[in-house]
Amino acid sequence: MSKRSREVSWKAFLREENLPHQWCPGCGYGVILKSMLYAFEKGGIAPKDVVVVTGIGCWGKADDYLYANTVHVTHGRALPVATGIKVANPSMKVIALMGDGDSATIGGNHLIHSSRRNIDVVALVANNLNYGMTGGQYSCTTPLYSRTSTSWYGDPEPALDICRLSETAGASFVARTTVYHAAMIEKYIGMALSHEGFSLVEVISPCPTYFGRYNKLSKAPQMLKWLKEQSIPIERVKDLSEENLKEKFVTGVFADKKGHSFLSRYREIQSRARNELESE
Amino acid sequence: MHSHEGEIEIAEGKKFLIRIRRERCKGCEICIEFCPKKVFEGDELGHPIPERIDECIGCGTCELRCPDFAIEVIPKECHDSEEKS
Repeated sequence: MSKRSREVSWKAFLREENLPHQWCPGCGYGVILKSMLYAFEKGGIAPKDVVVVTGIGCWGKADDYLYANTVHVTHGRALPVATGIKVANPSMKVIALMGDGDSATIGGNHLIHSSRRNIDVVALVANNLNYGMTGGQYSCTTPLYSRTSTSWYGDPEPALDICRLSETAGASFVARTTVYHAAMIEKYIGMALSHEGFSLVEVISPCPTYFGRYNKLSKAPQMLKWLKEQSIPIERVKDLSEENLKEKFVTGVFADKKGHSFLSRYREIQSRARNELESE
Repeated sequence: MHSHEGEIEIAEGKKFLIRIRRERCKGCEICIEFCPKKVFEGDELGHPIPERIDECIGCGTCELRCPDFAIEVIPKECHDSEEKS
């Protein structure tokens, strides 16, 4: 419903003159973008207080449709740039928009180290299970045995679990949902925005043009229903065998830890250094 | 009742209005499929036509799921007050 009586309307963020956007019919990125704007509205965040850093790929185009401070950087380097911006401007909300290739393949190293540092940045990973912009090649998150343009008879590689990787590396907020569960995207982004420390939200998105078409899911509603069938809430995981969990998307909050973030530790060291220098 | 407001197409039901921006719609058929009251009928390109607009319960599913920012559901009284202001 569009009647929301908030201080900042989500429409203040939307660059309506650039619409219709360049994403394919049925692509979930529009839903993720809208959910992000809803979360900004709900959090009472104004466009001037947000920095959106985007990488390369279909999802990297999201900054074209935003009125906020935006930076469009090279492939896989959204997190290092976001880190720099956050450290220099701690009062800004910094959000890095990355696809699966951007965050986990070429930028995988940065994801691990941003998680380890627990830098106060929100990483919003839109995972469409393949490289959509370049023609549907398989990526590190493509489910095992799926057909893509570079694995016509099945992808021989098991998929990487971005959420588990980030959680293991030390991220303090990690959550995953899918575009089918549209209301949850807003909720998780809202939780991530108010969280102190590195927060990663992964959203599995339908790509009916490539991944869907090659895997007999070419209609957008059909692919959304497939996402629903493939996802399992994290609360149910412990009751299921490993066999039942194969190639499923576990959804829910993986980690929500309070504690020291990079900035709080950095401030502590700063004051310690100041005290030491003054006493000399 | 159907009318136009610039580029926006407005369908008016008993309690709710549905505003559709045709130039943004890409015909993915998500709104048609997921509407719990089956308000929409698809045309040959998959664009939604709110045939059964009186059935609309204003749940906003079409608006939430539309990836193209093309559809909006508004309670009638809100639309009227918007026009007055």
